[in-house]
Amino acid sequence: MTALVKPRTLFIGLGLLCLLATWLSLALGPVSLPLLDTLRAALRLLGLPVAADGLEQAELILGQIRLPRTLLGLAVGGVLALSGVAMQGLFRNPLADPGLVGVSSGAALGAAFAIVAGSTLGGLPEAFGPYVLSLCAFLGGLGVTALVYRLGRRNGQTHVATMLLAGIALTALSGSAVGLFTYLADDATLRTLTFWNLGSLNGASYARLWPLLLVSAGVALWLPRRARQLNALLLGESEAAHLGVNVEALKRELVFCTALGVGAAVAAAGMIGFVGLVVPHLVRLVAGPDHRVLLPASVLAGASLLLLADLVARLALAPAELPIGIVTAFIGAPFFLYLLVRGRA
Amino acid sequence: MLRAQNLHIQRGRKTVLAGVDLLLNPGEVLGVLGPNGAGKSTLLAGLCGELRPSQGQVWLDDRPLAHWQGAERARRLAVLPQSSTLDFAFRVEEVVGMGRLPHQSGRLRDEQIVAAALQAADAAHLHGRSYLALSGGERQRVHLARVLAQLWPGETGQTLLLDEPTSMLDPLHQHTILQAVREFTSRGAAVLVILHDLNLAARYCDRLLLLASGRPVALDTPRQVLRPEPLKAVFGLDVLVQDHPERGHPLIIAR
Repeated sequence: MTALVKPRTLFIGLGLLCLLATWLSLALGPVSLPLLDTLRAALRLLGLPVAADGLEQAELILGQIRLPRTLLGLAVGGVLALSGVAMQGLFRNPLADPGLVGVSSGAALGAAFAIVAGSTLGGLPEAFGPYVLSLCAFLGGLGVTALVYRLGRRNGQTHVATMLLAGIALTALSGSAVGLFTYLADDATLRTLTFWNLGSLNGASYARLWPLLLVSAGVALWLPRRARQLNALLLGESEAAHLGVNVEALKRELVFCTALGVGAAVAAAGMIGFVGLVVPHLVRLVAGPDHRVLLPASVLAGASLLLLADLVARLALAPAELPIGIVTAFIGAPFFLYLLVRGRA
Repeated sequence: MLRAQNLHIQRGRKTVLAGVDLLLNPGEVLGVLGPNGAGKSTLLAGLCGELRPSQGQVWLDDRPLAHWQGAERARRLAVLPQSSTLDFAFRVEEVVGMGRLPHQSGRLRDEQIVAAALQAADAAHLHGRSYLALSGGERQRVHLARVLAQLWPGETGQTLLLDEPTSMLDPLHQHTILQAVREFTSRGAAVLVILHDLNLAARYCDRLLLLASGRPVALDTPRQVLRPEPLKAVFGLDVLVQDHPERGHPLIIAR
């Protein structure tokens, strides 16, 4: 399964897919806008001189609801896919998932704490609610990942196998703590908690978007600089060191980028599974494993696929809305199984 | 030039290598022989900085090995481990191209070097194939091409460390690969190679280091080292040593 498609063709294709997904994500929803109106309104929002006649409603929906939601989807999808590439490189296993280092479970714990403790104490002003939730999820993810990383270190070296096991143990521990919060929760908070665990791009606002956009942009600009080192790391840690790579620093950067990226994504949109696992895999099938292509291509593919999954979530039961985590898991899990079965054959 | 001075290495509390003094001369192939567990791979790990000496020092040129920056060291010292695991479907030339990581020689030059290194390792016909589709011996030759590319074209001051590069090769390729290594040293690079086959060592090495239980027993020309007495003492093997009828190097025959 070496590269079937030349990088340039791949980037043009993925770029077009991403633009198309963005366009559809802006146009479709409970109130579907004509595609042309959507385009004109989007161009107006970008500050281009387009005649405003009859666009007031489109502009309002786009500016207030669809654009932040679409940007959220692009950032979450891109950064989850990037983190997946980073973790699969770190563990030198194409079936590794960003959740392995505990960042998702840590974020879930932080969120559960914020939701349940917040409502039990009842002391939080309404306006701060969403920010406290995001902040707690982000800090929970960073905290658990930092602990997993610490537990994997011995004599100045990071043992990824130990990290993997520590990640499993701490994921279980966080799970039990989340269970405890669930037990303590009343019916209303239970519902919030459940929905948060299923992930959603609903209710995106610019205020919650900026931190994620900054983190995503940072990770997306930083990781591709390490593409050749990541390639070498796949040969093995000592081989990479013989090739002049500072392996300890590289591992630290990979864990840090993942914790930051996934932490911010989960904080903004809840738990969305399988994107980080499946997207890099899909890209590898088409473009080969070279990280110089894989990293940027995964950003585009992850962003596009998450927007398309969000469209399914929005339209499948319209006017009601499915949590996006259900959609990604429903598509991602069978695909993962397919990879497992095919790999064995 | 790589130099070891009174090198001692411990694993846990056990000293697994003791008192090795070694200087790799430009253009020379130095073979390391010894039974399983004699400390051959430990020596190699010590010489490339993977294991820290508990006593003594390894020098690369005029500086201790530990004082070299990663990429700067990688341009002078390349290592081929016994086996590598790579579970990703890179193409052969991409794997070999990883050897160019410490260099900033540009894509065009890198492609020329990758082609030349593949040619040297008798693997040019594997160009374009997926690494995962190769046999064990083919993978070993691709990794050899990778470390050759890392030092290409190979000049005085550069060192290549090879841990059993022929372990998975058919008889013909055992010879072609060691011949390729010899040719590589003709431009001035030094090679240290761990071998198990005494006759390959006799034919392709300038000097041999004989290790037993982590200690150097002999360091000399093949004719001096490959005598029945030291071989009996180290390997417990009774051998006849004769001259190769055409090439004149020692030929070792088990009795």
